[in-house]
Amino acid sequence: MFDILSYTFMQRALLASTLIGAICAIIGVYVVLKSLAFIGSGIAHASFGGVALGYLLGWNLIFSAAVFSLLTALGIGAVSRRSQVREDTAIGIFFATSMALGIVLIGLLQGYNVDLFGFLFGSVLAVSQQDLWLSVGMGLLVLLTVGLFYKEFLFISFDAEMAQVVGLPAAALYYLLLALIALTVVISLKVVGIILVEALIVTPAAAAYQLTDDLGRMMGASVAIGILSAVVGLFLSYWLNIASGATIVLTAALLFGLATALSPRRRAVAEAPAEGEEAAQGAAE
Amino acid sequence: MAANDPWAVELENVTVAFGRTVALQDVSLHVRRGEFVGIVGPNGSGKTTLLRTVLGLVRPVRGEVRVLGTPVDRLGAVRQRLGYVPQLASIDPRFPVHVLDVVLMGRYGQIGLFHRPSAADRRAAQAALARVGMADLAERQIGQLSGGQRQRVLIARALAVEPQILLLDEPATGVDPVTSSSLYELLNQLHEEGITIMMVSHDVGVVSQYVDQVACLNCRLVVHGRPEEVLTTEVVEGCYGCGTMFLTHGALPHIMVGSHRKKGLTARVSPAAQHKPAGE
Repeated sequence: MFDILSYTFMQRALLASTLIGAICAIIGVYVVLKSLAFIGSGIAHASFGGVALGYLLGWNLIFSAAVFSLLTALGIGAVSRRSQVREDTAIGIFFATSMALGIVLIGLLQGYNVDLFGFLFGSVLAVSQQDLWLSVGMGLLVLLTVGLFYKEFLFISFDAEMAQVVGLPAAALYYLLLALIALTVVISLKVVGIILVEALIVTPAAAAYQLTDDLGRMMGASVAIGILSAVVGLFLSYWLNIASGATIVLTAALLFGLATALSPRRRAVAEAPAEGEEAAQGAAE
Repeated sequence: MAANDPWAVELENVTVAFGRTVALQDVSLHVRRGEFVGIVGPNGSGKTTLLRTVLGLVRPVRGEVRVLGTPVDRLGAVRQRLGYVPQLASIDPRFPVHVLDVVLMGRYGQIGLFHRPSAADRRAAQAALARVGMADLAERQIGQLSGGQRQRVLIARALAVEPQILLLDEPATGVDPVTSSSLYELLNQLHEEGITIMMVSHDVGVVSQYVDQVACLNCRLVVHGRPEEVLTTEVVEGCYGCGTMFLTHGALPHIMVGSHRKKGLTARVSPAAQHKPAGE
């Protein structure tokens, strides 16, 4: 039954999905708690411009998407912190502009857009050895950074203003967090694609949020749900011969539904749903 | 100003604006070290903005702010002498953290990047919790607390800083009467220990019982002085109405600054004046 694992492409796919399932789940905890779902979605869509630009310039696509996403993340951060424009409006403009730019650039390339489709919707079976190494490298960078700034990220997520008052570089930490979201988006592109990556970031964390009220345990549960979604989704997609990225996201959504049904957080029912949960539901649909 | 600086907080002609909305106009306020100042005024009068300006969270478009003699935009280590208790509503009660974690956050500035809280930090956090009567709830998740308990956690977090200046924004809002009177007792003790306190409050009556000085704020209007002097019917009405006047006690005796009197309002600073709570 598991003899499909003897294929190299399947081994790579499994490694890549497990890795991004875990990393998305960790970053997702901050995205859910700090209500950054829309920003994450904006960064993901903006990376499309980066991918198209990479094609045009002949760069490695993951690399060009990384550069583009990082710049977009910092741009969104700057606009949302300083400008008179409302944050969600700014994000809407950013990501539509970047996608439009991508579409125009693809138009210039004429006809060479098979792989672009893969970037939009994911093609985990087409993950190359080089992609995998790049993802591992960037993934370790993300994990290391979260480890180093664990208590600071906790503080700015809980109460950014107070973090600033006690003397933490709250603005710099916020940008760093956005940069980590951008990197996470980029390493996930090949597996789930631009359109669905946000769901893989938000859904496991939102499910974990239903299950526990301890941040450490929430991270653990999120990672477990993320990896489970990735692995189960990957095998299901192979056996049923359906798109892998979408199957992974649907698996995560199913687990979110289960977590919500079993949630001990009954008090949450009386109050309005958190943004993270709404975003997860919205993204999973 | 005296040669050896007696001031904890100084605002000189401070104007703060958000876009075209002026939140504070030309406000001057001097708070002595060790003083307990109550800041009263109607909704939208800029009370919170005043605290946020002192904390360096908001930059004035004009004027100067100094905290413990240091300009607010270059506070550096002086930050670690400030304890801030924000409005309770600014906290998400469903955030997955425990009481002790929240209180420990007060120490993060002193702990520094890349370090974990030490045993000493934990002791300081526990001591702060004990001070607000919450020592046995250290392991609770903040969502399991009542509003009053959560408010006390925020106060403990500010105390964990071991501050010289404590700034509180409506600490008694949504708190039952028993808790709020023990809260004011605690502030009174801290005051006696020499901590400078600036407290924003709606409750003019309570403020007048505990504080040394009252600042009445309505965007530009500041009357500042001892409660029995300031909280006269005329001033309180002037503050909560729309009158504008400006009074400061830079150096005693009180001086009236500016000529912003309108609608026949006058600030009468007479020690004989009776106090009356707002809204009457």
